[in-house]
Amino acid sequence: MDGVILLQKQLVDYSTSLYKEGFLDDQFKQLQQLQDESNPDFVVEVVYLFFEDSERLLNELSKTLNQQIVDFKKVDAHVHQLKGSSSSIGAQRVQKVCIAFRNYCEEQNTEGCLRCLQLVKHEYSLVKNKLETMFKLEKQVLAAGGSIPMH
Amino acid sequence: MGQKMQQSHHMVAVTVNEQLGTKRKYKFFPRAWLPKILALWIVLMLFGSRTIYTRLDVVTKERRKEVLASMCDQRARMLQDQFSVSVNHVHALAILISTFHYLKNPSAIDQNTFAEYADRTGFERPLFNGVAYAQKVVNSGREDFERQHGWIIKTMKGEPSPIRDEYAPVIFSQETLSYLGSLDMMSGEEDRENILRARNTGKAVLTSPFRLLGSHHLGVVLTIPVYRTELSPNPTKEERIQATAGYLGGAFDVESLVENLLSQLAGHQAIVVNVYDVTNSSDPLIMYGNQYEVGDMALEHVSGLDFGDPYRKHEMMCRYLQKAPTPWSALTTAMLAFVVLKVRAEAADVAKSQFLATVSHEIRTPMNGILGMLALLLDTDLSATQKDYAQTAEACGRALVKIINEVLDRAKIEAGKLVLETVPFNLRSTLDDVVSLFSEKSRRKGIELAVFVSDKVPEFVMGDQGRFRQVITNLVGNSVKFTEQGHVFVKVHLLEQATAVMDAKMINCMNGESEGVPGDHQFQTLSGYEAADNQNNWHTFKHLIADEDTGYHDSGKVKTDDASQKVSLSVCVEDTGIGIALHAQDRIFTPFMQADSSTSRNYGGTGIGLSISKCLVELMGGQINFISRPKIGSTFSFTVDFRRCEKYAVSDLKKSISDDLPSAFKGFKSILVDAKPVRAAVTRYHLKRLGIQVEIVNSIRIVADLFRKNGSIIPLNERLPDMIIVEKDSWMSDEDGCSGLQLLNRKQNGHTYKEPKMILLATNISNGEFDKAKAAGFADTVIVKPLRASMVVACLQQVLGLGKKIPGKDMCKGSTFLRGLLDGKKILVVDDNIVNRRVAAGALKKFGAIVECVESGKAAIKKLEVPHSFDACFMDIQMPEMDGFEATRLIRDMEKNANEQWNVGCVNNDEATKRCAWHLPILAMTADVIHATLDKCLESGMDGYVSKPFEEENLYREVSTFFESKPLPDSVV
Repeated sequence: MDGVILLQKQLVDYSTSLYKEGFLDDQFKQLQQLQDESNPDFVVEVVYLFFEDSERLLNELSKTLNQQIVDFKKVDAHVHQLKGSSSSIGAQRVQKVCIAFRNYCEEQNTEGCLRCLQLVKHEYSLVKNKLETMFKLEKQVLAAGGSIPMH
Repeated sequence: MGQKMQQSHHMVAVTVNEQLGTKRKYKFFPRAWLPKILALWIVLMLFGSRTIYTRLDVVTKERRKEVLASMCDQRARMLQDQFSVSVNHVHALAILISTFHYLKNPSAIDQNTFAEYADRTGFERPLFNGVAYAQKVVNSGREDFERQHGWIIKTMKGEPSPIRDEYAPVIFSQETLSYLGSLDMMSGEEDRENILRARNTGKAVLTSPFRLLGSHHLGVVLTIPVYRTELSPNPTKEERIQATAGYLGGAFDVESLVENLLSQLAGHQAIVVNVYDVTNSSDPLIMYGNQYEVGDMALEHVSGLDFGDPYRKHEMMCRYLQKAPTPWSALTTAMLAFVVLKVRAEAADVAKSQFLATVSHEIRTPMNGILGMLALLLDTDLSATQKDYAQTAEACGRALVKIINEVLDRAKIEAGKLVLETVPFNLRSTLDDVVSLFSEKSRRKGIELAVFVSDKVPEFVMGDQGRFRQVITNLVGNSVKFTEQGHVFVKVHLLEQATAVMDAKMINCMNGESEGVPGDHQFQTLSGYEAADNQNNWHTFKHLIADEDTGYHDSGKVKTDDASQKVSLSVCVEDTGIGIALHAQDRIFTPFMQADSSTSRNYGGTGIGLSISKCLVELMGGQINFISRPKIGSTFSFTVDFRRCEKYAVSDLKKSISDDLPSAFKGFKSILVDAKPVRAAVTRYHLKRLGIQVEIVNSIRIVADLFRKNGSIIPLNERLPDMIIVEKDSWMSDEDGCSGLQLLNRKQNGHTYKEPKMILLATNISNGEFDKAKAAGFADTVIVKPLRASMVVACLQQVLGLGKKIPGKDMCKGSTFLRGLLDGKKILVVDDNIVNRRVAAGALKKFGAIVECVESGKAAIKKLEVPHSFDACFMDIQMPEMDGFEATRLIRDMEKNANEQWNVGCVNNDEATKRCAWHLPILAMTADVIHATLDKCLESGMDGYVSKPFEEENLYREVSTFFESKPLPDSVV
């Protein structure tokens, strides 16, 4: 029983740190609110959709930005998508980079865009890592017979 | 000040003496001198008044000049702007010709097309009597040109054109200018110059003014070159001539333009405006205005005009119509100045209200998020304390939103535009709300906050609840802010009671009843601290209550004169705070005035609240005043007139207002242990509201004694109390007595009697004290003051174990309502972003909706082909290919067609069938909730928008306008 409590505490601490360090914002909490018995895997499902979609977009972005003549309209459309989905799940650091990204895009600044691409890839991998760790912890808690503490 | 006054009195006296002295001196002048002195006096007077007059006149003249200048400049600027707008439209036409006549092969324009297009777009150029296009033809190409068109080039006089280097025959013309067809525009001297200038510069050029055919208004011809190819960024003159394909021209009615413009402006009768063409500065040509000089010739102002033709120079000259020295003119000037100032002030007002609107919007949006989350939190299983905290937070949030609205209202109060509402409301629960606003703060400061409403005050009154609450909130807020120890006490009773009490008190005084209680150093106030006004001391207060107890049975139907439906209330807010410095007491109701500057340093705030409160109280037919003693406290009292609520209305209200108090406690008996009589009366008031009988005793020992006796003597015919509520002070001062009580209870428990619950009442309690209280036999739940009905109910329910939740009571928040609205509704979500789609669907499904998603506007249109079974559509705005606006427009078109067909199909077109029209509620989903976006949403046929990501409140607000709420089985009261 103590083990479960320990795990639960670990999970709470970990997710609190994610908010504190700004990886996630309240939108993620909203997402968690939407999960209930009728929809038990909602958060994981949406987050994995986000991973899938983001990876596709990041690939597209690398391709588009490495072309001889950069199609900034296309870049902007991709970044807009990424911004939308990251804000939907509350990955606010990714979202913030997207805002800067779009500014460079508007200026047609290829170098700025490439820098932002690196940055957004970095932030994305960070938040992906963190979320996966959190899900792992949640699984452990559930496996040990505990319930996921609400935030 | 007093000193100053004295001084000035003194000076007056001296002057009078001097005058007397002069008078007396007259006697020393010979009589013959008198007329001379009189004459001198008159001359001096004249001179003096002239000086004053001149000085005043200079000031007036200066002001006149300024006003004229600003009016003239304003008109010139507007004329220029409107002119350039018209020119832009002609420019667009020039580009049309260049695009469709020259860049397209074969040309897409012929005379008929041009005439029709120009005619149909004529509304954009209301001041042009027509436009015509002349093609550039060099002599070598004349033959080809004439053969191609089947007519020969004619001069302006209508004769076949002699041979020239170059021609500009009109090939397209608007209907109104059809007489220009085939005429060579270069055959007229001025037109030729214009054409050459236009193609050399690429700009719209103007002729000098002349009378137009038909209207006989003064006008100018405007010529714009049309180039065959796109020009390089900085073309030379030669390149321009080379690229020229022709010239677009039109006659521009300057007179109408200026006339229209001036008539729209305030004060247009007061000034004379002339517009001149001053290209040749020695011979200005009039373009608008009276050729004969009228108006006040002494003063004129000239503003430059730039109509975009660098060659021509234009200017506007303004004069006053009336001469200055006549009073009429002075009056006009004053009025003009007033008008200008008014316009400016209105502009400033608009800016201010826009600012307020923006700022309050910025605050409201996150506030809605906070409120939504709190609503969700309240749906979860919380302990009584947690629930109280959450509810408090929610109430505060709501109050904040209200305050923002109130800030907006402030402007209205100032403008005298505030209209009071007259709606029935529950006064007691309004006061509970106010208490909940400040409960956290008062607990933290350790001051006692309490509300007492006399039983004679009806439960429901008709009036403006919001304004009443605003005043109370302001006064209590101030009191809590400025009080560090002691109490803040709000008391409401009928005005007539107050007078009755005063009478009673007078009698007591005359009977020699002493005010002080011997051997008691504390004051008999709520908390024992001294207050500025002793109206709430026990000696006065007890009369109020005594009065009440006698008339208790007919409470609610007070015997005021029934003819007048007026309920006059007297409200007082008493605190034991820092008080108001004597010197500041007379300006306390002046806006932005805190008692002194150090106050605002220590306590913050703008000091506007009291002035608003005063306005509001006066609007509600009352008066506000105060008694304050520095370092002791302040008592603000105000009266207010409400109207009595009709009886039948009251019973209806009780049914409809969800926060009606539960009746589960009716008939319960309680003993309240509190040595402070005023405080005990307040507690008793709150318990009585729940129908609980209250017996007040001074100390725990008395209760213990009572029980000892009861244990053996009375049990057969008298029921024991259900609860013993002990004020923390009384317990702390007599812990032993308490433990005795506990032992006794245990013994009783063995018998048939139900053990009374012991409940502690405290403003604050430490963990140590709490443990001790538990050990002494008190219930786990401590009632933490300030008291208010819903909180007392929650605590008592927990202690007495009466149904954990009263169903429906706490549930009627957004989410259940949303469930009621959305349950079973079929909703289409349109968003190109897969993650957003999933989240939106998740949110809507949570409220019971059946959700279908598509990823593009096109797919949405396919889904929404009539007939379909959707109840609503949530549409993303920014999507590739087809955005939300476009998709909505197309959907609306489809619906319109379907509706028309339906109506045609119906043979007997009666109203019932006609009404069944397709109109699917479409809501935009957007991250930027700015007004421009909303406008665009509505324009394209959407019904509203929800912010993205979804917020419950916002969603609820929008959705509730479309769907009727159907009660859910689990949310019925």
